[in-house]
Amino acid sequence: MKRSLAAFALIALAAACAPAQAEKLVSSLSTHQVMISSSFTGTELVLFGSVERDGSTVPRRGGYDLVVTVAGPRQTLVTRKKDRVLGIWANAESRAFTEAPTYLAVLSNRPIDAITTPETMQKLGLGLANVPFFQQAGISKVLTVPDDTFRNALIRLKGTHGLYREENNAVTFLTPNLFRASIQIPAEAPLGTYEVDIKLFADGASLAQTTSALEIVKVGIEQYVASTARDHALLYGLATMLMALATGWLASVIFRRD
Amino acid sequence: MQIYLPIADIPVNVFVVLAMGVAVGFISGMFGIGGGFLMTPLLIFLGVPPGVAVASVSTHIAASSFSSAINYWRRRAVDPSLALMLLAGGILGTGGGVWLFTILRSADVLDLMIALSYVVLLSAVGGLMVVESVRVILRTYKGKPAVLRRPGSHLWIHGLPFKLRFKRSKIYVSAIPVWAIGFIIGFIGAMMGIGGGFLLVPMLIYLLRVPTATVIGTSTVLTLVTMASATVMHAATNHLVDAMLALILMIGGVTGAQFGTRAGHRMSAERLRFLLGLLVLGVGFRFALELLLPPQELYSIRFIGGGS
Repeated sequence: MKRSLAAFALIALAAACAPAQAEKLVSSLSTHQVMISSSFTGTELVLFGSVERDGSTVPRRGGYDLVVTVAGPRQTLVTRKKDRVLGIWANAESRAFTEAPTYLAVLSNRPIDAITTPETMQKLGLGLANVPFFQQAGISKVLTVPDDTFRNALIRLKGTHGLYREENNAVTFLTPNLFRASIQIPAEAPLGTYEVDIKLFADGASLAQTTSALEIVKVGIEQYVASTARDHALLYGLATMLMALATGWLASVIFRRD
Repeated sequence: MQIYLPIADIPVNVFVVLAMGVAVGFISGMFGIGGGFLMTPLLIFLGVPPGVAVASVSTHIAASSFSSAINYWRRRAVDPSLALMLLAGGILGTGGGVWLFTILRSADVLDLMIALSYVVLLSAVGGLMVVESVRVILRTYKGKPAVLRRPGSHLWIHGLPFKLRFKRSKIYVSAIPVWAIGFIIGFIGAMMGIGGGFLLVPMLIYLLRVPTATVIGTSTVLTLVTMASATVMHAATNHLVDAMLALILMIGGVTGAQFGTRAGHRMSAERLRFLLGLLVLGVGFRFALELLLPPQELYSIRFIGGGS
């Protein structure tokens, strides 16, 4: 918390003595690295920022709006649909989405459809309904239509795990130019680099944009076990087996009744 | 207390997993089985990816079977030569099982095949056990002696060549069915994450006529070696063994097994077989329901290159 306060103070200072131009976005994350240890059950990150403006900037009567999109590491995700085959329910049809974000959060200060027009939302890929998903068709990638049933199922299923989320009250304007956004990272969040994209709006028009990034890594024993299992697979297997034998032997000694 | 599993990549409650270990350990101690066919579905239900569940349960079974194998060895209830011959087939079978597991996983039909094998195997074995034990219980009820081993009766298996004499079990059979049984158990065990004890014991009794004195001890040794090698093979090829999950399970499992063994001693053999048969049948039935009833959620997500 102390660190986030410090970051906040820094931005407030930067906002106060910034050079005069059109609107510009300045932001900082409370931390750029989330560490997963054995007690990790999810966490919350805070994004602080300010809108820089000077005397020559046009006054915005309606105030500013902000949309923050956080996208986790990209992976091919396959959505499968069960169907009745020979009397049993088995996975039949499936659709592969290439380079789909494994985590996706769209945060704003009010509903996105109230911030800007549907056309702009589609053009900028704002909101879960508009974020582009691609399918592999031969060697080229094809954009999936927004109301595709497999795409909707993917978003819904990811949503039940808290990995895809759309929150229209996660961004708060502390003053007309200062904002704060909270990013929820659930325990199931995949490891890797997360891109943070921040877009500023006023009167439905996009004014400025900035990006940031954060990283989720395993630390301590989690990291050690995971990397050993991957890099020294055979040794890891043998060690695990020995651990099992030792436990079994120990139990037979402790509970021995002669 | 929540703990984050390094390979399964999910947080679980330590006490829930520990309690599952104790409960399954109790049952496995009572019936002299590994209990993998109960543990694997429980872990999947908890949210552990099926591949990780199958691989980690083999580690857990290796631990619990080692502790009981030591006890049986002390009581001279293990037939070492029979165990060795079964193992020769068992290791080959385990390799084959891990190989098929890898292929099915990449072809995206692993979950279905695991579910189908559970239904077929569990209902068949469970059904046979219930019928057989009810027959024995009824016969003893009528006052007739319960005969399991009919010395005069011979199956076609006993006519096969390469005959070997197994001293401690006092049997004289061909090596071919012994290898075949070992192979089948190793194969099924590695693919389904089960020790196969509940399959091996009836096979040894009915097909090879191994006496009850050595059957469970010998089967435990086979389970131990196939599960220990399955652990190493799963770790080396699929990177799916979660050591932390396995450790929590085995601590619960070996504890529960001690109390289970005591409870098992107070019951007659056929009553135990009847209860185990019901249990096996129940698990098979649950898997069948899942395949036959329309699911609530038609869609599911799979990562390419992730943990199943």
